[in-house]
Amino acid sequence: MPFRDHKHAFTYRKNVISTIIIGVTVILLLRLFVLQILDPSYKIFARSNYLRHVTDYPSRGLIYDRNGELLVYNEVHYDLMVIPGQLSEIDTLLFCDMLGISQETFESRILQARRHSRFRPSVFERQISKTTYAAFQEKLFRFPGFFVQPRNLRRYTYPMATHTFGYVGEVGPQVIGNDPYYRPGDYIGISGIERAYEKELRGQKGLRIRMVDVHNREIGSFQEGRYDTLAVAGKDLYTTLDASLQKYGEKLMHNKRGSIVAIEPATGEILTLVSAPAFDPGLLVGRQRTRNYRALQNDTLNPLFNRALMAQYPPGSVFKIVSTAIALQEGVIQPSTRHGCAGIYHTQGISIRCRDHPSPVDAITSIKHSCNTYASIIFQRTINQPHFSNIQESFSRWRDYVSSFGVGQIFGSDLSHELPGIIATADYYDRVYGTNGWRSQTILSLGIGQGELGVTPVQLANITAAIANRGHYYTPHLVGAIGHPDNRQDRFALANNIPIDPEHFETIAEAMRQVTNDGTASFSRIPDIPMAGKTGTVQNPHGENHSVFVAFAPVEDPQIAISVIIENAGYGSTWAAPLASLMIEKYLTGEVNRSWFEQRILDADFITANP
Amino acid sequence: MKRQFNIFHNVDKPVLLLYLLLVLIGWFNIYAADYLEGQAGFLNMSASHGRQFIWILISLATAAALLMIHTKFFSGFAWVIYGIALLMLGAVLLFGVEINATRAWFRIGGFAIQPSEFAKYATALALAAFVSNVRAKRTKPVHLFKALLVLVVPAIMVLLQNDVGTTLVFSAFSLALYREGYISGLWLFMAGLAIVLFILALLFNEFIIIGVLAGITILLIFFLRNKAGVAMRLIGLFVLLSVYVYSVDYAFEHLLEAHHKSRIEVLLHGAGDTQGVGYNLHQSKIAIGSGGLWGKGFLQGTQTQFNFIPEQTTDFIFCTVGEEWGFVGSSILIIIYLSLLLRLIALAERQKSAFSRVFGYAISSVLFFHFAINIGMTMGLVPVIGIPLPLISYGGSSLWAMTLMLFTFLKLDAERLEMT
Repeated sequence: MPFRDHKHAFTYRKNVISTIIIGVTVILLLRLFVLQILDPSYKIFARSNYLRHVTDYPSRGLIYDRNGELLVYNEVHYDLMVIPGQLSEIDTLLFCDMLGISQETFESRILQARRHSRFRPSVFERQISKTTYAAFQEKLFRFPGFFVQPRNLRRYTYPMATHTFGYVGEVGPQVIGNDPYYRPGDYIGISGIERAYEKELRGQKGLRIRMVDVHNREIGSFQEGRYDTLAVAGKDLYTTLDASLQKYGEKLMHNKRGSIVAIEPATGEILTLVSAPAFDPGLLVGRQRTRNYRALQNDTLNPLFNRALMAQYPPGSVFKIVSTAIALQEGVIQPSTRHGCAGIYHTQGISIRCRDHPSPVDAITSIKHSCNTYASIIFQRTINQPHFSNIQESFSRWRDYVSSFGVGQIFGSDLSHELPGIIATADYYDRVYGTNGWRSQTILSLGIGQGELGVTPVQLANITAAIANRGHYYTPHLVGAIGHPDNRQDRFALANNIPIDPEHFETIAEAMRQVTNDGTASFSRIPDIPMAGKTGTVQNPHGENHSVFVAFAPVEDPQIAISVIIENAGYGSTWAAPLASLMIEKYLTGEVNRSWFEQRILDADFITANP
Repeated sequence: MKRQFNIFHNVDKPVLLLYLLLVLIGWFNIYAADYLEGQAGFLNMSASHGRQFIWILISLATAAALLMIHTKFFSGFAWVIYGIALLMLGAVLLFGVEINATRAWFRIGGFAIQPSEFAKYATALALAAFVSNVRAKRTKPVHLFKALLVLVVPAIMVLLQNDVGTTLVFSAFSLALYREGYISGLWLFMAGLAIVLFILALLFNEFIIIGVLAGITILLIFFLRNKAGVAMRLIGLFVLLSVYVYSVDYAFEHLLEAHHKSRIEVLLHGAGDTQGVGYNLHQSKIAIGSGGLWGKGFLQGTQTQFNFIPEQTTDFIFCTVGEEWGFVGSSILIIIYLSLLLRLIALAERQKSAFSRVFGYAISSVLFFHFAINIGMTMGLVPVIGIPLPLISYGGSSLWAMTLMLFTFLKLDAERLEMT
């Protein structure tokens, strides 16, 4: 011992002990300082421990038809959510057993959720069944970090109008990046009305901040709900669709490819929008959506394709109602102008065949008999008018007329994914044939609705509605009112005028009346309902011709304008016209009395014959 | 004969004040830790704070009684009390109830009594009695052996209860033995180093520790290069420590069976931990860390009020202090402890009798051990060893035993002039 005596040794040891005690205390204080003052992470941990952000999903707006019949509604389902930051050791065996998933699935999903966010909830399992939900509700406290989130799923009164309604799906990363409203796992309208009216339908999400205890049980709201927001329910949509007509149209189009578009001429409201083949909209709801979607995508009949808005057909003979109206307006013919037809039209090396019909024809009877010769002559006269300095000028004027009917551009109303149709420009022909290297005979096929011309069924119906209105149309649309049946949208109330005098449309209307009375479509005449129509047979280089018919009725007080296209069905008069007449009869009288006529259409199958 | 009528005559007022302060702080924090909204009432007997109130009354009565007992009683009956303690430790093994896998409790009515807490007091008395009876000028190994025996017998009996934490508390008495010259400073240092390295070896990769040790050795050799022979000794020490660290790791990894291993892992990462290794500690650190400078306020701690921390009224009571009273409140509590410890040591030093001095050091050591380990473990500085924070944690036996220790010593100190 290096000490002189015991006393000093004891003092030394007392000091050592005191130093140890003071040293340890200082270490404790330093550690306390680091934990409480320097390191901010524990404060975040504490918040995420006891605060749970609960999103209140508003119910999505309902969808009604024009008569107030409910078409699309919601059903509550439950998503199992996870907050990775709140997870702790749980009985994964029991957990996986309850969900019917494997341990590996469990781990990979947790990893995925963790990658998204440690503190925000992610969907762990979508739309768990009612029995699983009930079982979970009881045991939830044993699985800290998990909770159940009620969500709405779409349900449909009738399995119809699937393209029109569109569907709802999970938001993609791109949307999330552009719109802060959406969080991963949220739903968004992906097509159809669901997409066009997403903002109205979705409502406003609410957020509640709840305090939870260690068992993940809600203790109360955070600061008496000062930071909570209430969910606002989505607005209901009152569509312009007529449910019974839509249903009937889809029934008639069974086993056929094509479309039906019916418009109320006085408003532009779309009564029916059929694209065949179609599918049950319920297929794109719920857990099976991805699988069903893939199956639909691989279907060779392409049921996902909305023909009514996206298929661009050369209009064929029905286009004569447009080109004749233009010729009348340009003054190149009078209604009484007559021409003979020898069943074929020759001009400078080009021949156009015609059908066998009485000759000569005037403006009205040429449409009644669908005379190609007359159509070709008046088209050439329109283009070759001497007061135009060149063909670009005269063609452009003709083209402007056609465009004014809505061809070549989208309506831009509430139709989603519509295509503009095709109508070539003068520049296009200059490029193909060289500047001024083309003549009226070069583009003669336009006069009979063939050539560089593509019209969608909705555009075709709109052309018909414009004629029914004798020179103007209202933009075709699907939703009349939002929120309340009386809360009409006024953005579609403005008429689009066609620079052709009403008297010429009277001529066309009379011609169309004769078509159905004793012309090409007399077979489809409806007793007691005066109808105006025009048949078309669209040449199809890939197979059987397409059967086309447009019509409006009654002639003097048009309630409905319709276009029908049945692919690979042959003559317009044989299939499209009868089908359109059934639709008109159904809409105007509420029933169909020509049962054998109806049965013939129902029995027709153009898919098995032309796969 | 005035003092016979005033039991507080000559009683050290600072210790008395600090004691009452700690008990009061403890009771408020127990109240906060098991507070449930809608279940009001400060004296609810179904809640921990209600029962603790009864224990406080019992303890205060005990304190008063101790101050009235004749001073000679403690030294005279030290071995008797020690014997009773050993009997109780034996009885609890046979008749005790098991709580949290530990058979350390007698259940009497609504109260559970833990003999091992009482055993600390008895051991302190016995140790004081033994050391004060050794009349030799210089202590011999045989004295050390006998002194250690006094500690080890109750320690082993506590270990048989499966209460590792309390067992380790008995090692604190070595501080008192160091003061009395039974253990040299070098051994104390080596023992401390061995414990620290043992824990470090289990927590970290052994090569990292050996690397750090090598670094320290090189630095020391550099700074002490003028002293002859130091380099060789340091290198020798380094080799010894490296082998020790490596063998601890090797023994743990290869020689222990799985269930032993997990026992130690639980010891290291959290005893009684049912929700995953480290859950307690993690939640405890969150609670303390989120307290910030001023804390969240009484009954405002989110970790505390939403029961994120298991055993929060008992071993993890410091979380409540940390969360609700912040750095300021926690520091004040730690300073109060430090003051109490330093005051107790000062009192021990002024004793005339060896018995009083050794007893003073013994209880100071126990208090210090509890204080350092308990607060250290809630902040993740030391492995989670389930021992309470004296006078603060909920638990009647602990409070009562600590009261016995402090007031016995206060009585001894009050009449130190008569103890010779």
